[in-house]
Amino acid sequence: MLRISNGRVIDPSNGTDAQLDVLIEGGQIRLAAAPNDISQAIANANTSCEVFDASGLIVAPGFIDLHCHLREPGGEHSETIESGTRAAARGGFTAVCPMPNTRPVNDNASVTRAIIERAASHGSVRVWPIGACSLGSRGEALAEIAAMKQSGIVAVSDDGRPVATAKLMRQVMDYCGSLGLPVIDHCEDVSLAAGAVMREGETSVRLGLRGMPAAAESICVGRDVQLAELTGSRLHIAHLSARASLDLVREARDRGLSVTCEVTPHHFTLVDEDVAYDTHFKMNPPLASVEDREALLVGLADGTVDAIATDHAPHEPASKAVEFDKAPFGITGFETALALAIEQLYHSGCISLLRLVELFTTGPARVLGMERSIVENAPADLTLFSLEREWVFRAAESASKSRNTPFDGHEFRGAPMATIVAGRVVYQRQPA
Amino acid sequence: MSVGAPAASASPAERELTSRNGVPHRFRHMLATEPLTAEQITFLLDQAAPFQEIQRHPLKKLATLRGKTVALAFFEPSTRTRISFATAASRLGADSMNLQAESSSLKKGESLLDTVHTLNAMKPDCIVIRHGSSGAADFIARHLEIPVINAGDGTHEHPTQALLDALTIRDRLGRIEGLNVSILGDIDHSRVARSNIHLLGKFGCRITLCGPAMWLPRELEKLAAPGSEIRRVPRIEDALDGADVIITLRVQQERMNEPALPVDDYVMLYQLTPERLALARPGALVLHPGPMIRGLEIDPSVADGPQSCVLEQVTNGLAVRMALLFLLIGVSGETSKPENTAASEATLERKKDSTHAAD
Repeated sequence: MLRISNGRVIDPSNGTDAQLDVLIEGGQIRLAAAPNDISQAIANANTSCEVFDASGLIVAPGFIDLHCHLREPGGEHSETIESGTRAAARGGFTAVCPMPNTRPVNDNASVTRAIIERAASHGSVRVWPIGACSLGSRGEALAEIAAMKQSGIVAVSDDGRPVATAKLMRQVMDYCGSLGLPVIDHCEDVSLAAGAVMREGETSVRLGLRGMPAAAESICVGRDVQLAELTGSRLHIAHLSARASLDLVREARDRGLSVTCEVTPHHFTLVDEDVAYDTHFKMNPPLASVEDREALLVGLADGTVDAIATDHAPHEPASKAVEFDKAPFGITGFETALALAIEQLYHSGCISLLRLVELFTTGPARVLGMERSIVENAPADLTLFSLEREWVFRAAESASKSRNTPFDGHEFRGAPMATIVAGRVVYQRQPA
Repeated sequence: MSVGAPAASASPAERELTSRNGVPHRFRHMLATEPLTAEQITFLLDQAAPFQEIQRHPLKKLATLRGKTVALAFFEPSTRTRISFATAASRLGADSMNLQAESSSLKKGESLLDTVHTLNAMKPDCIVIRHGSSGAADFIARHLEIPVINAGDGTHEHPTQALLDALTIRDRLGRIEGLNVSILGDIDHSRVARSNIHLLGKFGCRITLCGPAMWLPRELEKLAAPGSEIRRVPRIEDALDGADVIITLRVQQERMNEPALPVDDYVMLYQLTPERLALARPGALVLHPGPMIRGLEIDPSVADGPQSCVLEQVTNGLAVRMALLFLLIGVSGETSKPENTAASEATLERKKDSTHAAD
């Protein structure tokens, strides 16, 4: 048995915010209750019990990352399931959803199984793969979605690019609706975005870098929302970055459609003005305008945004040490996500602690049609974090095999302190 | 970093570098005109004046930079700029090393960084880079200890072109301050336009940008320096009205392929013709960065007319580049370490902060 003592339990599934102890047994939560009741339960059980002192810490349901790239199979020089999930654990995540754009693409059950088996033997946290919508994510024929579902995918996406045509998107949504899987779309009008390396605006014009307008994203969101209405299926918008996209999601939801969305920490932290030819500020969708960032903060606060997702996208150092327009898109994100959320959203007064936890737990769980809470018989996946712990993020010390982060050297207040998966402590931050 | 008063112990060479009002201007790199002040630009143009004189001498070779080496790293096809820098180096007595994209290992897949590190290992005293990627000069400057001169990076900047344009304007009109300057053409994809907009803005010029709307994003107006004004004007007749200086850009026909504008439409709407030129102030200057396509962006009679400064621009390019090479490696390289020469606020040296540690 493991007792998490003296922590402040925050559980958005039932609105709990209380000093409670949590008792874990056999990979499941046995009880979350006042310390005396826990002591009683331990005494009754008559077995030994380890104690994890969570004094001063928040005890939350295990964090879920809906959007990451673990690069295995095929990109092991940038990241592996082993290194990526270790980084995820250091970031407080107990489950991560790798996108299918591996080599080969996760568009069939054997790749899905290989990922799940590798994660079972080498992973620090749970790995819930996302399958491709189309074969090779090429936007032509449907992938083996039902077979992949049987093997363990939790959603489908052609991430890295949008589902190519409205017709294919309609088919995928119809099909996934019947299978009970959400469809996640990377929304981008590829003709408007062609050749672009950042968001179009004053900064792109000043730097002479080709920009894509916000409409490159929102046009595609508009298409998808209408198809969600047509099919009645669940649609999830990946890494939403533009005000216009958020408005479309809000409006769709007001009309009762099953449309959800996620926002990345870099999009609620940075803006296009921060780009200065540093390839660690190059990602897709690109950093947006100040006005877009402000709209995202509103959406994070008012509930329009369902989840914070990292879009952890490791790239080996040499690939980023190039001219800005030649560098690949993407930055790492696992280890900085929670600290950025605490800094940008909680300490700034933008959102409550309950909402912060929701965005990492019940929010993403809802997108996947799952539950997440600290109640009896629930899986003992817990994230313990501090709102006050001061630390400096050093890319060189990251568990990821890659170093492509704009936050190297950043001083944070607030940190993941321990990550518990199925009752096992898979990460614990050293005491200050 | 700050601009300090000249140190009491300044060497004669350093004092020589001191401008008339006693403020030293030392430049670590020349990456862009955007961060330069009007005072620094004036200083650079003043420094170029004696080198203009040299172009008129029968014997044009100095020994000022004897023993120095200038690396010319041109990753984009270029004739005039490369020859201009090579000639500038040669007339100062420096040697040059030539790297051209066609023959370089880049074709074999080597990264830009590895290529310039290789060049740097041959110990040049400065590197002149022309590259198709915006920010390429800035990128290599962050990785090298030697001065870097940007000879054009993508659609970002081409600072020596703007400096030679400014020298040409100042010579002809006696001043730069407060002029009405019209820039015609594909502004959005022009590094010459950006460098000129920033430079001329520092002198309070009123800048009019004119060209097809898809090449004139409204954000260009926000590039205006304090005290200057940038306006976008769709009709060339309006753009030329009252202009003191007209800068005609080359129409990059490769841009025409991105569905943009048929060439005939461009000629009809934007070609600088004698009739249109007559709308400008009498004696208005016509500049063109070259290479010029007669009959497309400019009528041949304008190109060859008395208001055209095209060939003077080329000659002034030599003087500006000689002055720059002299300032960057003629003195500072001998008398002080790179850290100490970074004293100018014009320095575009990016701090090598930890963000780049992974590079």
